[in-house]
Amino acid sequence: MSVAPPLLAVEGLTKSYGGIHAVRGVSFSLRPGEILALIGPNGAGKSTCFDMLNGQNKPDSGHVRLLGEETTGKKPRDIWRMGVGRTFQITATFATMTVRENVQVALISHGRQLFNLWGSAPNVDRNEAGRLLELVGMGGYADRPCGELAYGDLKRLELAVALANDPKLLLMDEPTAGMAPRERVELMRLTAQIAKEKSIGVLFTEHDMDVVFEHADRIIVLNRGTLIAEGSPAEVRGNPQVQAIYLGEGLLYEGGHREGASA
Amino acid sequence: MAFYVVQFLTGLASAASLFLVASGLSIIFGVTRIVNFAHGAFYMIGAYIAFTLTERFSGAFGFWGGVVAAALAVALIGVLVEIVLLRRIYHAPELFQLLGTFGLTLMVEDLVVLIWGPDDLVGRRAPGFKGAVDFFGQNIPSYDLFLIALGPVVLGVLWLLFQRTRWGVLVRAATQDRDMVAALGVNQKWLFTSVFAVGVFLAALGGALQIPRDAVHHAMDLRIIVEVFVVVVIGGLGSIVGAFVAAVLVSELNAFGILIFPKISIILVFLVMAVVLIVRPWGLFGKPEAAARKTPGLSVNPWRPLTLNERLASLAALIIAAMLPLFAGNYALTVGSEIAIFVIFAVSLHFLMSVGGLASFGHAAYFGLGAYGVAFLAKMAGLPMIVCLLLGPLLGCMGAAVFGFFAVQLSGVYFAMLTLAFAQIVWSIAFQWVSVTGGDNGILGVWPEKWAASPSHFYWLALGVAALVTIALRVMVFSPFGYALRATRDSLLRSEAVGINAKRIQWTAFVIAGTTAGIGGALFAYLKGSVFPDNLGISLSVDALVMVLLGGVETVSGGVIGAIVYKALNIWLVSQTDLSKLVLGGFIVLIVVVFPKGIVGMLEILAQRRRKSSPPGSSLLAKPVESAE
Repeated sequence: MSVAPPLLAVEGLTKSYGGIHAVRGVSFSLRPGEILALIGPNGAGKSTCFDMLNGQNKPDSGHVRLLGEETTGKKPRDIWRMGVGRTFQITATFATMTVRENVQVALISHGRQLFNLWGSAPNVDRNEAGRLLELVGMGGYADRPCGELAYGDLKRLELAVALANDPKLLLMDEPTAGMAPRERVELMRLTAQIAKEKSIGVLFTEHDMDVVFEHADRIIVLNRGTLIAEGSPAEVRGNPQVQAIYLGEGLLYEGGHREGASA
Repeated sequence: MAFYVVQFLTGLASAASLFLVASGLSIIFGVTRIVNFAHGAFYMIGAYIAFTLTERFSGAFGFWGGVVAAALAVALIGVLVEIVLLRRIYHAPELFQLLGTFGLTLMVEDLVVLIWGPDDLVGRRAPGFKGAVDFFGQNIPSYDLFLIALGPVVLGVLWLLFQRTRWGVLVRAATQDRDMVAALGVNQKWLFTSVFAVGVFLAALGGALQIPRDAVHHAMDLRIIVEVFVVVVIGGLGSIVGAFVAAVLVSELNAFGILIFPKISIILVFLVMAVVLIVRPWGLFGKPEAAARKTPGLSVNPWRPLTLNERLASLAALIIAAMLPLFAGNYALTVGSEIAIFVIFAVSLHFLMSVGGLASFGHAAYFGLGAYGVAFLAKMAGLPMIVCLLLGPLLGCMGAAVFGFFAVQLSGVYFAMLTLAFAQIVWSIAFQWVSVTGGDNGILGVWPEKWAASPSHFYWLALGVAALVTIALRVMVFSPFGYALRATRDSLLRSEAVGINAKRIQWTAFVIAGTTAGIGGALFAYLKGSVFPDNLGISLSVDALVMVLLGGVETVSGGVIGAIVYKALNIWLVSQTDLSKLVLGGFIVLIVVVFPKGIVGMLEILAQRRRKSSPPGSSLLAKPVESAE
């Protein structure tokens, strides 16, 4: 039915380090407004995959296309210009600038004002910055130096920054890592709400399965670099292969003989 | 053939001492992350003390005992310095330690003159190594052969120390991750102190062992420190083997460079360093440095443009300054012009260093290029002054465009060292290309035209330009470009992730800073009526760094205030006392310890306290600050 290309199309993505295949032939796609979770145990290749999507790492082979346009091999800043916002696993913000200024920098970049030497930056997109901060619930913190913020607030600020260029796609690497349980729920609820309203596709990695199953429309599972399952939360939850990875070879434990033998 | 072998061996002998000093600096940096500018001073004290001891105690025991005792004594001084000074400033802003150790160096330079006098001292020959060995008709001093053997021996001892002792393991661990070592329960304080002591011991030993080869004099610290920086950077910070290889490389370059390219021998070493830095920024044997853990919660006040009141106050200050010719004499006006010019120089570096986070150790290059630009245009092309003033700085601009392109590919200490290398290359050209630059004799007779010739007119000119430049750069700090520049300083990762081409932003900032410095240099040429290689020398670059750090590197106005205080104090001290370096150095050390945030930083803290202590109801005080944003 759909002739138009999907928002994000990943085809046969492959990367190896030395003899280790970090990612092998991974393919998936993402629709506007869809929230897709990328999960897998440690070392499954999630981060490598992620870095190839946002341009920090170059794949050995395979393609990444955004609305049909090739992004493979492009620099992070060029991919951002194509409409991809991102948040980091460990927050990266401008620590000596205020919360509002952090957002303003992204807006200045979006408005291609970076080499404007004479304008008054405090007034550039001031209202727009305020609106974005309100959106993520940080309106009251606009004048605080970013270095003073609590971790959860930094994550919300990152979301505001990521939204500054009206992205079509959000890449969030462990968006709730290091947050308190309630903050996690709030942040993901907020993200989901914004994604639906603005029809933004969201791809996120996450270790917290509660967050994943509650907020993802669809889940893809990586193990040892290959994609082993894809589907709705219910489907993935019921997938025996996924269960095996996450819960261990459950059958072995039933008899109770192997207790303590698993590490 | 024999001649070249001898030349090679002489190079190797020079390498020994260089290696000792460089390995000390490297160890200290590896663990404490301090760029110890005083390392050359420790080297020099080692030489002086060894001279005294070996003169007093005769015989082989007197000589060798004296050399070792001198190194031990200086190590003890080092421990004292570490405990009293450095421990207080480990957590100060980056490079502040550099300012502190620079203050120490200044003090030491005067102290050694005070104690040992200004004359060169020729030390004793080493007992047992007084003669020379005949090598196919060429003479090699036997002491050189001793030094050649000593280098690898010291390398071996250090290797054993680091590989086989518990202390060595801790030092290596701390070089990789000092936070982790501290977390494992190692007493970091004493680890740092002991590392500093060992490093200083090596420097002093290097100095003490030089006395049979070279005269001891009170400027030997600056000469060695630059070479040592080069060695450490080429070898790789924190790598002992790297320091050894690089020391040999640099010494051989010096030994053969003079034979093969006598005209550009000085450039050679810096050219090699620049190439190494560009190709392998972490040095031949170093490892790429892991990003340091930054604790969130930096105590930096958010920057804001001046409030209306502050603007009026600045304007009033400018008007008062402009009235100086009404009551001051010619000397005071000349001093005033010089201070105004240094304000230009300091704010240009401040823009690069505070706003861009790029601490250039060779900013004088662009100041000096501006000065030479004016001199060429005025003397060779005979252009009118106003044209020279406008076009002269373009030479600084072009220099900054070329060198800046490479420099901004690096960051931190490596950026600093590459800028230093470029500045030295420019200096060498000015020094050795005699037919064009006049070499050491400089270019004389660059006098202002009639309209600017009188001290008061020139003062107004300098003051006006300084005010314009300061305002322009301040506007840029709060322009979208300024925000982008600060963004690249705070987080490269995040800037790239919001579409900022960080290198291009930084390059632009470099060119702006270089051009501005060139404007200062252009005025300076007319003020002095002449241009010398010193106008782009290291000590001028260091002056600029000191001015910015003194004013406060984390503040917007630090450059201006730092330049005024430092330059005024400097000129006044030189006119008042023969020990100006001692007093100035002491003053700098005091500032570092008491006001680690610089003068403006301190004023801001005081203002903040006053605001906080006022009752919450008094919104009168709080209001202008909020509206200032």
